[in-house]
Amino acid sequence: MINRNLILILLLIFFPLKATALIKVDITRGNLSPLPVAVASLFSSEEDKKKLNKELKIDDIGLEISNIVENNLQQSGLFNPLDKEAFLQKPDIAHLKPRFEDWALIKAQALITGKVNLQDNKLRVEFRLWDVLAGKEMLALAFTTVPKNWRRVGHIISDKVYERLTGEKGYFDTRIIYVAEEGPKTQRVKKLAIMDQDGFNTKYLTLGNELVLTPRFNPTNQMVTYLSYFKNLPRVYLLDIETGIQEVVGDFAGMTFAPRFSPNGKKIIMSFAKDGNSDIYTMDLENRIVERITNHPSIDTSPSYSPDGNYIAFNSDRSGYQQIYVMKSNGKNVKRISFGKGLYGTPVWSPRGDLIAFTKLHKGKFYIGVMRTDGKGERLLTENFYQEAPSWSPNGRVLIFYRETKTDSKGEGFSAKLWSIDLTGYNERLIETETDASDPSWSSLLSN
Amino acid sequence: MNKNIIISSGFHIILIFIATLSLPFLAKKPIDLPPIVSVELIQITDITNIPFAPKAKKIIEKVKKKEKLVSEQAPPKKVKKEKPDAIPLPDQKNEKVQKIEEKKQNPEKIDDKVKQVSEFEKDEMFDPNVIAALIDKSKEDLAETTEKQDKVTQSEDSSMTLSGLTLNEEDALKAQIFGCWSIPLGLPYNENLLVRIKLKLKPDGSVIKTEILDHARMNKPGQAFYKVLAESALRAVQLCQPLRVPTTGYERWKDMQLNFDAREMLEG
Repeated sequence: MINRNLILILLLIFFPLKATALIKVDITRGNLSPLPVAVASLFSSEEDKKKLNKELKIDDIGLEISNIVENNLQQSGLFNPLDKEAFLQKPDIAHLKPRFEDWALIKAQALITGKVNLQDNKLRVEFRLWDVLAGKEMLALAFTTVPKNWRRVGHIISDKVYERLTGEKGYFDTRIIYVAEEGPKTQRVKKLAIMDQDGFNTKYLTLGNELVLTPRFNPTNQMVTYLSYFKNLPRVYLLDIETGIQEVVGDFAGMTFAPRFSPNGKKIIMSFAKDGNSDIYTMDLENRIVERITNHPSIDTSPSYSPDGNYIAFNSDRSGYQQIYVMKSNGKNVKRISFGKGLYGTPVWSPRGDLIAFTKLHKGKFYIGVMRTDGKGERLLTENFYQEAPSWSPNGRVLIFYRETKTDSKGEGFSAKLWSIDLTGYNERLIETETDASDPSWSSLLSN
Repeated sequence: MNKNIIISSGFHIILIFIATLSLPFLAKKPIDLPPIVSVELIQITDITNIPFAPKAKKIIEKVKKKEKLVSEQAPPKKVKKEKPDAIPLPDQKNEKVQKIEEKKQNPEKIDDKVKQVSEFEKDEMFDPNVIAALIDKSKEDLAETTEKQDKVTQSEDSSMTLSGLTLNEEDALKAQIFGCWSIPLGLPYNENLLVRIKLKLKPDGSVIKTEILDHARMNKPGQAFYKVLAESALRAVQLCQPLRVPTTGYERWKDMQLNFDAREMLEG
């Protein structure tokens, strides 16, 4: 026994285990430039092309859908769609089995291929997302819908690709409601309008007889609440988008404004002004019970719920200057969160719950910015002559707002346009609309 | 009893003998060091091969811009646009306007009480009577520091050979991968964003095999972002190959681990 132990000890001494340390290299920086992605035209047979052309008056629907995807990905600022002219492989063959070397040669890191056909008068679109460098399929899905929904298919594909490559939900299959404006500045005709987030499929919801402002979607995107000056009395209204039925919200003996839905869609929160004082109220849409939330001799307005419905952000001039405050949904624990110089207004809680977007006015310039819900970490994303009313994309990455241009000495040159900016503050884009536009509000995702 | 003492002494002698003679030979390995280490270190400190990250540049510019805005700020003038969200109402009563809260975002605490010096602090105060002792002590400290510095240099040298890559070699490899790694921007920056990838390399730096060390995390609920992150790291390795590895000492670096951490970039 002693001998065995002795041998073991001697072996361990004479032949020590030689541990070679594995080299470890920390990679803490990377490339934040947009990911190069190849979006191949979705393939369809000549026969299907003819049928679809007859129905939709579009020559190559596969190409059009791929263009929608390409445009969405480019607008996000996170992707760089490559020029289709540079593609070496035909889309139909690529959809079956891509030659990854060919796609890597043009520096693509991801590839989207697809196929469109008509089955029983329904449009069937399938697509695949490929990891070019790993040489494998990342995602494959197929959708069936009525042919006239072809644009939405493009948006849904964009959302799926965006989610698979970035790790967060997309925001392309969404709509934007806004106030369409026409005519000279002093006699503006304002109508409620709704469009896809990329500016297509615009529809007008009101005729323009009354002034309309601040439209907001409910969580299911079926209803809209907005402010309208009917017979010169500003009141909050509710509109069912599908039926077109409108109704006044509550029976207030005064002016109601700045409406917004609660996250569960059961209440409307708004401001009610009477005798020079304005406070925040809610109205339950089921039982019509009105509840007063703030009670302060100052102007409390622009309320916005946190996504969990437990808190409300609003702006108030109770400190002497307009600042942003946060309180519990029952009106208790009011806390001021903005302390920077200038005036702060229109707070909007991010759908993620981590940030509050706001408009800031300082030294004659307007800023759109974000801050954390405790008021720390204020970041101003964009600065201009006049801009306000930020609204979040459903994934909390992009803000849409409107910007007005100055009128020149002749009273001309005024315009109001919708713009979007992402949280980095570098991807600012104009959103094309048929007319001038203001007060945008982003819907939630139409499909999940 | 005597027998045990003799056996014990015998073992002790053997152990001491082995420890003094055998182990250094066994542990000895060919040293592959750059001839002048100190020069190399200075170069790395002053000029690095790593390209200045565009994001960092943007952040710095942004911070500068912000600072400028803050410094330019004057006492705010109460200007309001005629907009229902923010309009002052016509009947607003002046007496209701309250005093401005003079709060700051990060108020600094000012201790206006006179501090009493404790006995301990008094001892630390300068005393001319012990100046000579201080001079002598400082000399001793200096000598000790010099000795310590020498030791540090030696240990750095040895760690460099054991870890396998010199700072320059590591620098070159990092710079190459920084350029290849497209960080997915949608990742939740408050989560653990570390992906560890083990590589098996050919002598020319091309990759034979990659292995994600925390593979199980990919399929965990709520960790979908991890898959996205891991795939981006794998793409970076594929895109970068052949990796910029040293021309010599293949045995040292044929297996390598890359720790991709996106947090710093996304938080910034």
